[in-house]
Amino acid sequence: MTAAGTALPGHTHVDDRSFIRKYVFSTDHKIIGIQFLFLSLFFLLVGGLLAMGIRWQLGFPGQAMPLGGWLPEGVAPGGVVSPKTYIGLVTMHGTFMIFFAVMPLLVGVFANYLIPLKIGAPDMAFPRLNMWSFWLMIPSGLLMLASLFVLGGMSVAGWTVYAPLSNSPDYTGVHLGQQLWCLSIVIFGASSLLGSVNYITTVINLRAPGMTWFRLPLSVWALFITAVLAILAVPVLAGAVIMLFFDQTIGTHFYLPAAGGQPLMWQHLFWFFGHPEVYILILPAMGIASDVIANGARKPIFGYTSMVWAMIGIAFLGFIVWGHHMFQSGMNPTLASAFMVSTIVIAVPSAIKVFNWLGTMWRGSIHFTTPMLNAIAFVSMFIIGGLSGIFMASTPVDMYIHGTYFIVAHIHYVLFGGSLFAIYAGIYFWFPKMFGKQLDERLGKVHFALTFVFYNLTFFPMHILGLGGEMRRIYDPTVYDYLRPMQPINVFITVSAFLLFASQLLMAWNIVRTLVRGKKAEINPWHDCGLEWTVPSPPPHGNFETTPTVYHGPYEFSVPGAAQDYIPVNQPLPAVPEGRR
Amino acid sequence: MTAHAMAHGAAGGEHAQGAVGVHTQKLGMWVFLVSEVMFFTALIGSYIILRWGTNAEWPEPRTVLAIPVTALNTFILICSSVSMVKAYAAAVRDDQAGLKRWLLLTVLGGATFVSVQAFEYHHLIEKGFLPSSGLFGATFYTMTGFHGFHVTCGVLSMIWVTIRAFRGKYAGGRFQGIETIGLYWHFVDLVWIILFTIVYLI
Repeated sequence: MTAAGTALPGHTHVDDRSFIRKYVFSTDHKIIGIQFLFLSLFFLLVGGLLAMGIRWQLGFPGQAMPLGGWLPEGVAPGGVVSPKTYIGLVTMHGTFMIFFAVMPLLVGVFANYLIPLKIGAPDMAFPRLNMWSFWLMIPSGLLMLASLFVLGGMSVAGWTVYAPLSNSPDYTGVHLGQQLWCLSIVIFGASSLLGSVNYITTVINLRAPGMTWFRLPLSVWALFITAVLAILAVPVLAGAVIMLFFDQTIGTHFYLPAAGGQPLMWQHLFWFFGHPEVYILILPAMGIASDVIANGARKPIFGYTSMVWAMIGIAFLGFIVWGHHMFQSGMNPTLASAFMVSTIVIAVPSAIKVFNWLGTMWRGSIHFTTPMLNAIAFVSMFIIGGLSGIFMASTPVDMYIHGTYFIVAHIHYVLFGGSLFAIYAGIYFWFPKMFGKQLDERLGKVHFALTFVFYNLTFFPMHILGLGGEMRRIYDPTVYDYLRPMQPINVFITVSAFLLFASQLLMAWNIVRTLVRGKKAEINPWHDCGLEWTVPSPPPHGNFETTPTVYHGPYEFSVPGAAQDYIPVNQPLPAVPEGRR
Repeated sequence: MTAHAMAHGAAGGEHAQGAVGVHTQKLGMWVFLVSEVMFFTALIGSYIILRWGTNAEWPEPRTVLAIPVTALNTFILICSSVSMVKAYAAAVRDDQAGLKRWLLLTVLGGATFVSVQAFEYHHLIEKGFLPSSGLFGATFYTMTGFHGFHVTCGVLSMIWVTIRAFRGKYAGGRFQGIETIGLYWHFVDLVWIILFTIVYLI
């Protein structure tokens, strides 16, 4: 374990690891976090491109797609997306975005990069497993990419790959594409598992002296709880997907009703994973937003303890609500009521968090930096997405809106409006620490403004489409008389979506330009209290010269009587006269 | 303890004991086992649903499976858990000869189990009992197959640990690795006892 990089910490770090050990097969959590960053941004682009294909067909059904002529005849005859390709695009857009973009962006990037730095550890508990966690994502991603191009086409069963549609090529003609999907997800599960074991062990055992549980930054709490969710949920997905794979390859009949199998069992297993997965995708975003908002408002986070318990509550409730995805599966109405109640109860901890963010900003001296703007957008979009969630949680309402564009609007309000804005906040906030260069603030603000506007123009009208009855995976809405009057909305959404996609190029440009010739970042550009801001940017291998000692919580902004408006956690609080605090 | 050494140091040092007084390696193994529990729960839960939650025809296990052979195999696996306990006890006493002897016996027990299972599979397949033979075949091969895979991984790791033991890597109180792999070994054993009960006996 100690063979590589035997440099002793002193006043100068001598790092004698070879290039490969340092940047490619690195065991350093910071490099792994950055590797995850570029990998998942690439998949974000792939998922975005697929979404553009979907939008073109919905906005301009039956018209040849720009550059569509380059696609093979079997996929897009005459440049027009075929129905089978269309549903494949829908499936793979969801798959890439959830498993290969948002989840690794939140967990792979921020858990890896932030946890050791924020708790005062030199690295993860198991650096080598951590390296494997990244390098398993490569074959997993490659298999998923390959599944787009194989004979028989890509998976067309939706990202939830419901059985029996996904089981047998008899229904869809897809064989290899679905099998590769399964293999890729199992490898993804192994990667996620190795990462989660690391995060949990690291947070429990490697905290610096004084870094008690209730002094942990909320981002670390969120990532820790997320890892617990992943440990409990992802293996169930792996088991379910393995059975699906056997159904396709060795002739078992787990989900095939003809031989006594149970298609509904797939739905139960999938959503037992799927609902905690929803919180895997939002809790880290909440953690990042908490850190950024307290910093941007220059105030301690409002209700720290209630924030932690709210997250624990959300995580626990997340395991007993999966049935609300299956109200229309013919389940016992009494059971559906139980799932409805448990789902609506989640609104309580979620509301606690929202009010705490608002309370944090209330009468703060808010600095509207790019990370702060994105974090505020996260809160406001999460409110809209959370409220539309209540509609779906109510069984009678869900009976009507199930499987419509209302669901699509909701998922994008929590996953794009929620998670992705928080991811952007996180990237803008910690970029200077990761690369030692400051992203251009002005370009960042333009990117934020355009994204915020076009994002809402894209996804808000989908609520209307959904209530009007437009189905979620429909290929051509204009073939239905009752949907035809709403087609202008679809055109509007498509144009907005293209502009939304184009706006993201600003961020890519900002990153590339900053990496090439960006302004050098200070050690602590945002004047934050966290431990990661006490070390150079980027931090050296091993992070801390000496193990730091932590004296207080991570949100000591604007402390009365202090010389500056933030007190780093490794400095004691000033003595304050009785009754001031 | 330098910061840098800790970067590579789940394996030892003051930080290894950690904030909750459990060795980092041991804690990591426990967390990993939690996920394993969930994995087998998915498989076993599906088996329970498919067998008792549907009207599918289900053969009496004893008409298909050779229960006495597997019972003996179960006994062998449990014995290998005992030898694992003895190996750990020897490591704690720093009794290196005992450690090597008991580790070898553990490897032998695990390898025997996997071999008998391979023999059982071969026999069943010859009889025409395949994963495609109804839900019983599907669940049987999936559950016992993944368990066998876990035992195989355990045996390979145990061989590696044994080689390290012969090189004296666990001498002088550095026996954490023995405890860690022991946890995994006992877990795999426990899963088998559940599988043997619900797949073969009930």
